[in-house]
Amino acid sequence: MSSKAKRKLTEMLFLLPTLLAFIMVIIIPFIYGIYYSFTNWQGTGAASAWVGLDNYKTIFQEPGFLHSFLVTVIFTLFNLVLVNVVAFVISLLVTSEIKGRNVYRAGFFIPNLIGGIVLGLVWQFIFSNILPQIGKSLGMNLLSKSLISNKDTVIATMVIVNTWQYAGYIMLIYVAAIQGISKSVMEAAEVDGARYWTRVAKIQIPLMANAFTISLFLTLTNSFKMYDVNVALTNGGPTTVFMMKPVQASELLALNIYQTAFKYNNMAAGQAKAVIFFVVLTIFSVIQVSYNKRKEIEA
Amino acid sequence: MAKQAVVVERMAGSKPHRGRQIALEIVTLLLFILFMMPFLIVVLNSMRTNAEIINEPVGWPANIGQLWTNISDVWNNPNFNFLSALKDSVIITVLSLAIISIFSAMTAWVLVRNKTKWSSLMFFMYVAAMVIPFQVVMFPLLTWFKQVGDFIHIPLLRSYQGIIFAYLGFGEAMSIFIFHGFIKGVPLELEEAADIDGCSRAGTFFRIVFPLLQPVFVTVLVLNGLWIWNDYLLPLLLLGASGSIKTIPLAVQGFNGAYVKQWNLIMVSTLLAMLPIIILYLFAQKYIVQGMVDGSIK
Repeated sequence: MSSKAKRKLTEMLFLLPTLLAFIMVIIIPFIYGIYYSFTNWQGTGAASAWVGLDNYKTIFQEPGFLHSFLVTVIFTLFNLVLVNVVAFVISLLVTSEIKGRNVYRAGFFIPNLIGGIVLGLVWQFIFSNILPQIGKSLGMNLLSKSLISNKDTVIATMVIVNTWQYAGYIMLIYVAAIQGISKSVMEAAEVDGARYWTRVAKIQIPLMANAFTISLFLTLTNSFKMYDVNVALTNGGPTTVFMMKPVQASELLALNIYQTAFKYNNMAAGQAKAVIFFVVLTIFSVIQVSYNKRKEIEA
Repeated sequence: MAKQAVVVERMAGSKPHRGRQIALEIVTLLLFILFMMPFLIVVLNSMRTNAEIINEPVGWPANIGQLWTNISDVWNNPNFNFLSALKDSVIITVLSLAIISIFSAMTAWVLVRNKTKWSSLMFFMYVAAMVIPFQVVMFPLLTWFKQVGDFIHIPLLRSYQGIIFAYLGFGEAMSIFIFHGFIKGVPLELEEAADIDGCSRAGTFFRIVFPLLQPVFVTVLVLNGLWIWNDYLLPLLLLGASGSIKTIPLAVQGFNGAYVKQWNLIMVSTLLAMLPIIILYLFAQKYIVQGMVDGSIK
């Protein structure tokens, strides 16, 4: 075998493992997934019949799914604001001239090391045991009952837990961006008499535009796909009424998709929901990134 | 890190007012205490009996020795089986990381060094696939893995090899992307010299290129490692809630669902689940923080 052929063969072999895994784990299941969503698939390898758009028609008339959609969008919007505001404020604090800022930086990131299942359980304990006792002793009505079993506050509890978990990660991105701003720019502004908040608003924030694009994208996709905290913290409950039907008040889309398939044994409908989930997530991400990129250029 | 800190120190307003300085320190400290409170709650309630917690959720442990009683209750509990879960999590995470990083680096290198239509197309395909959420492939993946496993007589469900192979598939796109960006900046001269010296193509990669990739390996290992270690949904589907292989998140969730809420024991289970990663963080904090930041920016 010529050395050139040998070289080509080696390179082919180098591409093979990832290509094989990619085809087997992503491409084939993805194609099957799109196909199954137009059939009455039962979740087995058995033949399934083409039903056209029936699954899609069914799921868009299902109050549980529409409600999940709505709460997922609300959950995501609140997270986008809260996670980024908290992370940005912390990043300003830990890049200021305070003592122990490196310890703080490392510490604020710790919640992000731990998985959603574990964190969800810890916060379930806090919301259902610790806070009610504090609420009772302070005579605060809202707190004296578990915020998780209240349909009006359950989404707020998930936003709080997600912010607590995710802000430390986003903070790291903002800290890196703040450190990337040349100090001469900031000093020049200070010499010119710009006050602290003016410097933050007029210099730091515009120069950090790229970090905002990344952080908002990460928060958006992370919130929209939220599953493990949802399972461990609320498992979808409590029950509420939507379109005159009982639905799960805190069942986000990812959990709703899972339950459709395994709790209600409707694999084809679950798959159709997953396809919608994919399309919507892609559209949201594209809109957000192109909007932020435009802002970056303006800045 | 230290150098950057000095720069930031100089940058963040050269003559801050003393009062404002103290206010900043107090605000940061209070915020930090608030952030750490859940961990304190876990530790304190791991030291109490369930009766203590029910009677008075907010309170100090009466007897710190209760911690050992609780730990041994959880440790020996067949529904939790911490050591076995730790072993499974370590096996799955370490092997997945090894094959994701090596195979992705190999692919990225070949794609960078061959500037053809095919290599651009393949790279584009991996990048495009990053937008596909797990949810849209998870149900068909189950059926498909079952069929393939039956066909090749190697089980892909409820087995180490199946879940590790799946992690390669889900983790490689981003890893190839990160390696690709880095290798583009690696000069060709070294490789050409090795080529002239008669080094084989594989030899060039493993002896010359591979050692140069060390900084970007940190990024790939940290990003994939935290995700795989804490992942719940993929293990739930591929290993099952009641299979013989259980990662730590599966074990914690299984233990939590096994009884009427015994909060002291649940707190101990979460404490045990947190410990390995927090201990790792104490030693490798610099790398973990660097990896997370580099990974998000790239």
